[in-house]
Amino acid sequence: MTAGRCTAALLAAVLVCGLTCASTAAAEEAITEEYESISNANEHVQAQDDYARSQKRREITEHDDDQNEPPPSSSSSSSSSSSSSSSPPSKDYFKEELVIRPLSSGDIYASFQFQTRWDTDFFAPGKKVSHYRLFPKSLGQLMSKFSVREMHVSFTQGYWRTMQWGQPFLPAPPGAELWVWFQDSVADVDGAWKELTNVLSGIFCASLNFIDSTNTVEPTASFKPLGVGNVTHQRFLRYAVLPREIVCTENLTPWKKLLPCGSKAGLAVLMKSEKLFHSSFLSLAVHIRPVCQDWGCKGTAWELRQTVNVVFDLHTTGQGKREWSFFKMFSRTLTEACPLATSSKVYIDVTDNPQGELFELNPAAPSLTQAVVLGDRRTYAVYDLMASGTFGLLRSLNVLLRWKTPGNFSTQVDMLRPLLHGERYVAGYGLQTGEIHTLIYNNHPYRAFPVLLLDIVPWYLRLYIHTLTVTSKSRENKPSYIHYQPSKDRLRPHLLEMLIQLPPNSVTEVTVQFERALLKWTEYTPDPNHGFYVGSSVISALVPSVVAMDTIFPESSYFVRVYTEPLLVNLPTPDFSMPYNVICLTCTVVAVGYGSLYNLLTRTFQVEEPSPGVVKRLANMIRYLRGVPLL
Amino acid sequence: MGLLSDPNRRRALTNLLTRLNTPLWGMPVDWLVKAMQARGLEVFTQSFSRTLPFPDENKERYMVHGTNVYGILRAPRAPRTEALVLSAPCTPGSSNNQAVGLLLGLAQYFRGQMYWAKDIIFLVNEHDLIGMQAWLEGYHHTNTTGMSWTPLEGRGGSIQAALSLELSSDIITSLDLVLEGLNGQLPNLDLANLFYAFCQKIGVLCTIQGKLQRNDWDSAAGYSQAVQTMLLMVLKQASGRPWGDHGLFLRYHIEAASIRGINSFRQYKTDLTTVGKLLEGMFRKLNNLLERLHQSYFFYLLPSLSRFVSIGYYMPAFGLLAAILLLRALDLWVQLGSPAPGTEDGLPFGPGVLSVLTPLIISHLTGVALYTLPIMAQQTAVEHFPVSETEAVVLTAIAIYTAGLALPHNTHRVLSGEGTEEGWRVLKLIAIFYMAVLLGCTALINFSLGFILALTLVPVAAFITPHVPRVLSALVMVLLSPGSTLLFSIFVYQELQEAPITLLEGWNLFLSVISQGILDHNLYGSLVYPLISLLVYPCWLLLWNILFWK
Repeated sequence: MTAGRCTAALLAAVLVCGLTCASTAAAEEAITEEYESISNANEHVQAQDDYARSQKRREITEHDDDQNEPPPSSSSSSSSSSSSSSSPPSKDYFKEELVIRPLSSGDIYASFQFQTRWDTDFFAPGKKVSHYRLFPKSLGQLMSKFSVREMHVSFTQGYWRTMQWGQPFLPAPPGAELWVWFQDSVADVDGAWKELTNVLSGIFCASLNFIDSTNTVEPTASFKPLGVGNVTHQRFLRYAVLPREIVCTENLTPWKKLLPCGSKAGLAVLMKSEKLFHSSFLSLAVHIRPVCQDWGCKGTAWELRQTVNVVFDLHTTGQGKREWSFFKMFSRTLTEACPLATSSKVYIDVTDNPQGELFELNPAAPSLTQAVVLGDRRTYAVYDLMASGTFGLLRSLNVLLRWKTPGNFSTQVDMLRPLLHGERYVAGYGLQTGEIHTLIYNNHPYRAFPVLLLDIVPWYLRLYIHTLTVTSKSRENKPSYIHYQPSKDRLRPHLLEMLIQLPPNSVTEVTVQFERALLKWTEYTPDPNHGFYVGSSVISALVPSVVAMDTIFPESSYFVRVYTEPLLVNLPTPDFSMPYNVICLTCTVVAVGYGSLYNLLTRTFQVEEPSPGVVKRLANMIRYLRGVPLL
Repeated sequence: MGLLSDPNRRRALTNLLTRLNTPLWGMPVDWLVKAMQARGLEVFTQSFSRTLPFPDENKERYMVHGTNVYGILRAPRAPRTEALVLSAPCTPGSSNNQAVGLLLGLAQYFRGQMYWAKDIIFLVNEHDLIGMQAWLEGYHHTNTTGMSWTPLEGRGGSIQAALSLELSSDIITSLDLVLEGLNGQLPNLDLANLFYAFCQKIGVLCTIQGKLQRNDWDSAAGYSQAVQTMLLMVLKQASGRPWGDHGLFLRYHIEAASIRGINSFRQYKTDLTTVGKLLEGMFRKLNNLLERLHQSYFFYLLPSLSRFVSIGYYMPAFGLLAAILLLRALDLWVQLGSPAPGTEDGLPFGPGVLSVLTPLIISHLTGVALYTLPIMAQQTAVEHFPVSETEAVVLTAIAIYTAGLALPHNTHRVLSGEGTEEGWRVLKLIAIFYMAVLLGCTALINFSLGFILALTLVPVAAFITPHVPRVLSALVMVLLSPGSTLLFSIFVYQELQEAPITLLEGWNLFLSVISQGILDHNLYGSLVYPLISLLVYPCWLLLWNILFWK
C-alpha cells in the first residue's frame, strides 16, 4: 500500500537523499544538481516515464491492499495517481473525505477534501467544452478562457502553529494566496493574469483584484507545476499573496457553491459557517491541475480539489474539555453521503491510540487503514458513508472522541519539535531602518537537508541586499543558489530566492536590512490601518522521513512547504490632519487679509458731495433772496 | 464582563494568591511556566545577566541574573502580526504577587475567549526594569546597552500597546496611572483617557501622581492641587527616567502605561475582581483598535486625569524664555557689529578667536571628564578613600563638577594676552546661541527638562557680564547651576509628594539621585546624564568664564 502510493516525488526524494549525503561530504559540485532535484521534487507527477514506473510498482503491490483505501489529504505529499485505484468508467466523478486528527495540544484538526475529476480537454482544438456535470462551470470556463494550466488559490484565517500542531496536510499562508501556471500558448501572460485575478475576485468575493504588478512575482524554483505536462519556463507562472485579506462567510458561500451537492448533502453539511469561523485556523482552498486520465497517460484529465482545513481550539470551542464530537465541532451531524459522490469517507487519526488506551471512538470504527502521511506512518479509523450500516439506527453519524484521562492533559503539553519550522520578525526600532530576520529550524538530530527560501518584500521596504547574511550555528552559511530580483518603485516587489543547506539540529538565521521608503501622500491608505503588511516567506524542502526502517524506502524524504508569519511594518506617516489645518488657516488668512487688502486697493475713494436736503435748499433760497451768504 | 463571576474561577484565583503569598526567594520560574502552560498559553523563557557599572545601593544589586517568563495567547483571528502586552514585575519577596496572580487569572479567562484579534503576551519580568530591558531588546533584537540575554523563541508581531501592573499591597483603595517613560517620553493620551473612562465606568478611584481629582475647579484649593499635580508630572518627566516598567516600551513606539494599586487607607476598597474587570475592558478596547493610537496627543501635561494641557499651551511659555536669549544675542551682535572706536576696519574676531576657542574647548573637556571619570575612576577612588563604589562615583562626579568652577582662572593662565572687551562679547554671543539651540532641542524632546533648565539658566545667561558685582553674581550663578537645580527639584518634589525632608535627608537623596541618573544612563540609555554633563554643564561654564573675564 505504502509502496503503491510512492511516486515520482518519493523517487526524486531518494535521489536527493543520495545527493544530500554526497554534498555534505564533497560540497560544491553536487549543489546545483541538488537544487534541481529539490525544485523538481515538488512536482507530484513529473513526467510520463516516472508515472509509468510508479504504475508498475502499484501493480505489484495492489493485490495485498485492495481493501485499504488510500487515505485522504495525504495525497498532497504523495501523488495524484491515488485517485485511479478505483477509477470508475464514467467520464467524471466526485469524491469527498474528511480527516480528523486530534492534536497533541488538545485541539482538533479537521480537513475536508472534495475531489472532482473530469476526463476532458479544455484546450482541444476546435472543440468547445460546454456541457458540465460535476465540474463547476464557472471554473471550467475560466480555465479555458485564460488558458490556465494549473491554479491554486487559498484563503486563510489565522496562522498554522507548526510548533503545536505539526505539519498541515495542505499548507497555506495567512490571507489569500494565488498561484497560476498558464499554458505555453499564452502570449500576454500579464494581461491574462490581471483578468484572471479580477474574475476570481468576483467568483470568490475576495479582494483578489488587488493583485497587481507590485505584489506579483515569478519564482524560479519554489513553485513547480503539480500536474502532468512538460516543464515550462517560469514566465508562465504568477504568484501573489495578499496577507491582509480577511476570510469571511462571503468567501465560504461561493466556495460551497462549487461543490456538486452544495452544502445540501454529504460532508459539506458540516460546514456551518458560524462554527467554522469560530476556530483557531481556517483555510479554504481550490486547486486545479491536469492529471493523467489512465495509466498510459494517453490524455489528460482535470482534477479539482477543494479543501477546508480547520482547527478547533480546546479552550474556546472545547471549553477546556478534551472531548470532541461532530456536533461539538460543527453543531451538525452527518446523515447521508452526497448522492453524486463515488466515495464518501471519514477518517480519524488513531495513530497515538492503537489499542484505544488514550481515547475511545463512539461509534467504533468499522475498519482501520494505514498510510504514510508527511513522512510518518499513520493509522486511520475509517467510516464509509456509502455503507448502509454507518449511520446506525438514528440515521445520523456523530463520531465522538472521548479521552479517558480528561484531567491533566494540559500540564504535559509540550512544544512539538517539527523537523522543519520557520519564523520571521522585524528587528530594530525607529521608522528609518529595520532588519528582517528569518529563522529556519532543522530539528533533525543528524541529517542535513537543503531548503528553498522564497521572500517577497514590497518595494516600499528598500532591501539592502549587501547586508544579507545567512548564519547557521554562528558560522556563515553560503547559499548555493541565490536569485534576486530588485524591486522597482511602484512597479514590482523584491524577490529573493535562496537554496540553503541546513545543518542538522540547527537554527539558520537569514537577516537583511531595509530602509522604509517615504510614500507619496496618495499612497497611504485613507482608512484606519494597522500598518503595511509583508507576506509570508515560503520555505520549501525535502525533509527526511521519520518512517521506520521496515518500509520499502527506509531513508526517504517528503516534500514540505512551510509559511512563516507575515510581517507588519510601520512606515513613516505624516500627520494627515496637518494639511487640513493648513488649509483652514490659509483660507482664513486669505479671506480676511487678502479680501480687505484687495478691497482697499481696488476701491476708488471719492469725496461725495451730498445733495442738500429740501429744508436746506429752501433756507438757501430764502437767504439768497435776503442777500445773506448761503449755508 | 464575565471575569471571575463564576465561583470556580474565583476559587482558582484564590488558590493562586495563596500559593504566591508563600515567601519565595527569586522568581518561581518553573512554577510560572507550568502555571502558564496549564492555562493554554505558549510559554517561553528568557534568561539575562547584567553587571552594573557600580553597585546600585537603592535596590541592592550589582551582578544581576534573572529569567523572564512569558506566555503568548495566540489570537485565533490574526496571523501573529500584532500583539498586546500585560506585564507584571516579579520581585523576590512577595511585593507584587497580587499582580502576578491577577495576570495568571486574566490569562486563564482571556484564553477561553474567541474575540482576540491581537496576540496577548503575558510577561512576568524579574528585576523589574532590567528584566524588561532585556526582554524588549530580545524581542526587537537590538542591543543598545550591552546587556547579555538569550534570544527569544516566540514572538507575536509588532506590539501595539502594553500595560504594566504593580499591586504593592494586598488591599487596594485606588489605582494610580503612571505615564512618564524613558527620556520623558509619554504614551498617547488616548491610553490615559481609556484608563480614566473605564475607571469611571467601573467605579474605581483613579489617581495620577497619587493625587485624587477634585471637582471644584474654580476654587483656589482645586486650582492649587491641579498645579501641584502638574508640577509633579513636570519634575518626573524632567528626570528622564522610566517611572514604571512601561517606560522602556516607549522607545519602541509602543504605547504603554503602568497601573499601580495603592493602599491609601481610605474606606473604599477595590478587590482584585474589579481590577481584573478594568484590565479586561482596557484589553478588549485595545484589541479592537484598527490602527495604532495616534489620534490624540503625545505631548501633554496632566493637571488631572480628565484635563490636559496641550503642547500648544505650554510651548509658548518656553518660547518666551528662549526669546530672551535670542534678543540678547541680537543685541550683542549689533554691539559687535558697530566698529569699536579703537580699531579701524573692525576685525573683532581677530584677537578673539583664541580667547574664545580656549574656554570652549576647556569647558567641554571638563564636561567629558564629568561624563567619563566617575565610573572609570571608581576603582582608584575606592582603593584610596574609605568609601563604597557608589559613593565613589557620586563624590567623584561632584568633585569634578566643583573643580570646574576653578576653571576661569586657569584658562587665563593658559591664554597669552588679556581678554578684551570684544572677547567676552563674542564668547557670550556663542554661549547664548549655544544655549538657545540646546534648550530648544531639549524642550522639543522633553519639554519639562528644557523648561526647568531654561528657567534657571536663561536669567543668568541674559545678565551675566564681567562688570556685574562679582561675589554676588557668583553666588547667584552657583545657586542657579544645573547641580543646584537638581537639589532644589528634589526638595520641591518631596514637598509636593507631601513628604518633606530635612536638609541632611535631602543631601542623601541628592547623592542617590545622581547615582540613579548615571545608572539609568548605563542601564537603559537615559540621555539626561550625558546631556547635563556633556552639553549643559559646559555651556554654564562658559557663562561662568564670562563672569571672571579679565
